Amino acid sequence: MWEAIRSNQRRSLWLIAVMGTLLVALGIVIGLTVDMVLLFNPLQAVKTGLETGHVATFQEQLWEARGSALIGAGIALLVWGLLYLSAVTSGDSILLSSARAREIRREDAPQLWNIVEEMTIAAGLGRMPRIFIIDDASLNAFAAGYDPNRAAVAVTSGLLKSLNRDELQGVLAHEIAHIRNHDVRFMTLAAIMLGTIVMLAHFLLRAMFYGGQGRRGSSRQTGGGAQILMIAVALLFAILAPLLAQVLYFATSRRREYLADASAARFTRYPEGLASALEKIQRRPGVAADTNQAVAPMFIINPLQAERSLVRLFSTHPPTAERIRILRSMSGAGFQAYEEAYRAARKSGRCIGAQTLAAESDAVTIRTASVQTAEDTPLSRGEAVERVLDHALPFVVLTCGCGTKLKLPPGWKRPTAECPRCGRQHEVPKAQTAQVLGVAAALGVATAATRAAEAATPAESPAKSAADRPARYTRRGRGWESFQCTCGHPVQLSPNFTASTIGCPKCRRRIQIIDATAEASGT
Amino acid sequence: MLITLMVVVGLVVLVLLWVVAIYNGLVRQRNEVKNAWAQIDVQLKRRHDLIPNLVETVKGYATHERGTLDAVISARAKAVNTHGVANQAVAEGELSQALGRLMMVVENYPDLKANQNFLALQEELTSTENRIGFARQFYNDSVMKYNTVIESFPQNVVAGSFGFQRAEHFELQDAAQREAPQVKFS
Repeated sequence: MWEAIRSNQRRSLWLIAVMGTLLVALGIVIGLTVDMVLLFNPLQAVKTGLETGHVATFQEQLWEARGSALIGAGIALLVWGLLYLSAVTSGDSILLSSARAREIRREDAPQLWNIVEEMTIAAGLGRMPRIFIIDDASLNAFAAGYDPNRAAVAVTSGLLKSLNRDELQGVLAHEIAHIRNHDVRFMTLAAIMLGTIVMLAHFLLRAMFYGGQGRRGSSRQTGGGAQILMIAVALLFAILAPLLAQVLYFATSRRREYLADASAARFTRYPEGLASALEKIQRRPGVAADTNQAVAPMFIINPLQAERSLVRLFSTHPPTAERIRILRSMSGAGFQAYEEAYRAARKSGRCIGAQTLAAESDAVTIRTASVQTAEDTPLSRGEAVERVLDHALPFVVLTCGCGTKLKLPPGWKRPTAECPRCGRQHEVPKAQTAQVLGVAAALGVATAATRAAEAATPAESPAKSAADRPARYTRRGRGWESFQCTCGHPVQLSPNFTASTIGCPKCRRRIQIIDATAEASGT
Repeated sequence: MLITLMVVVGLVVLVLLWVVAIYNGLVRQRNEVKNAWAQIDVQLKRRHDLIPNLVETVKGYATHERGTLDAVISARAKAVNTHGVANQAVAEGELSQALGRLMMVVENYPDLKANQNFLALQEELTSTENRIGFARQFYNDSVMKYNTVIESFPQNVVAGSFGFQRAEHFELQDAAQREAPQVKFS
């Protein structure tokens, strides 16, 4: 864990060094441009040229302008320094107030408080971060604070409402990992550097545009080759420097997200908590009303960004689907397990430093889920309505092996359905469709399908002959299968089902399951 | 002569500085282990303090569960009076098991499970169990790091001469307990 921070710091120093060089170089280019292009007096140049019989070359003009270059670099660093100081001294309060967060006490949300305390212990932070709630229905959370011992975490009230204990723990572990790994401090530093570079580049472009208009004709007359060269260099710089800085910044930001995910899995020893929270958040991200660009990288999922953005180079967060996939495919809860899963998912690259991996000697096992009482998570009105509708409307509901519920509309025609999460193919059970048609009939929804079903069923009612039929069912294969019990109730078999009998959920009769594949191999 | 003397003195000073640096590093790590242990201790005390309240609340509803309740009370009394990392681990493991049994019994009393006071206690207990688990995890990580440092060269020379001793891991005896303890409520 400590090694992770250290290698993080080393990498961060690199980034800061490269970005700092960019910043200084940009300052120098600005100084040179101002001196050589904007303050350039063609008449004076021609006059000196005539007097001395020598036209200054590009190199000589650069040397002449060295003072301005220094001043430019100085101004660039000064701007950065001022912005940085203001961020360090009051950055988190600006951040929190711009997100309209209010600080809570223990009594306001005891469970949230408990979870934050647990994660503080797990991460070994010296001091518990302050906790803020943002009154917003969207699902998000972020960490703020320059110093790990004076940090803050904020969650939206929507998040608090819709996540269960394990999921909330996963999210807060991720945020506290950001604090623990000094990500907040570093990202502030880098973000402000990036901001300064973008701002200065913008200034340079503007200055050239307005300054250039007045003297375009004159510089052509005097044949100021050096000026044209300088303009080209300045243009190139004004365009490339912010791009490069952004790519660097975003790449580091994404790496830190992965590392925070890995740390969260290790802290909680329950990767599924964070994975399922991310899934919920992804499904309903909802941009917070006044989220601005500056706050975005600190959130658990970037609230401003469309997930299928093509330009992945310019995103602060890795694709959520990939983060979930990595977390779900972990074989343990430690850094090593995360690294393996990361490599399997990305097919390239490394995530966690070698030292950290070596320092983790024994495998960290995943703990069991903590099951909640129903009272802990009251249903929101929306969820309650959804649940009622699920029962009333003729949907076919299949539960996939990965835990996803597939809801098929009444008009589903294909014999199989694909799980959107894990891609497994599911056979659509006929009995359930039949039952659905029954519900549809009861609701008075006479569809073409119900009529066809009525025509197809023989005249005898299933209930009458039910008792006579032997309660047994022969399996056709190894996939999802379903059949009707003799009482008429649908019974479903999962691919994992191996026992020889199954109880009917309605009449409790034991039904013998004959495995066709096993029988075939036996005889 | 003078130069030789200066070189020797310089070398001795360098070695001394080096020893001091190692010694300070060791002290820092030992304190880290101590702090981590203090954190576990705080959480264990927190659990001990919660139990009388919990027992009182359950008693009102589950009158037929005297045996289970007595087991929790005696396990708590034993845990409170035990000292030393290894002994405490055993006692706390027993207490965890007794609590687990109590929570299973509680399943049969829907009135109790609807009680607001009990729900709050239940959240506190879940959190405390989690904290013990996380504190233990952090403690064991610190111990491993510390032990590795004392045993590796050249720190082991300094550690040996100043009497730094290996720290004990805090392991609950039962294999099921090795996962972060979870009290299940369903």
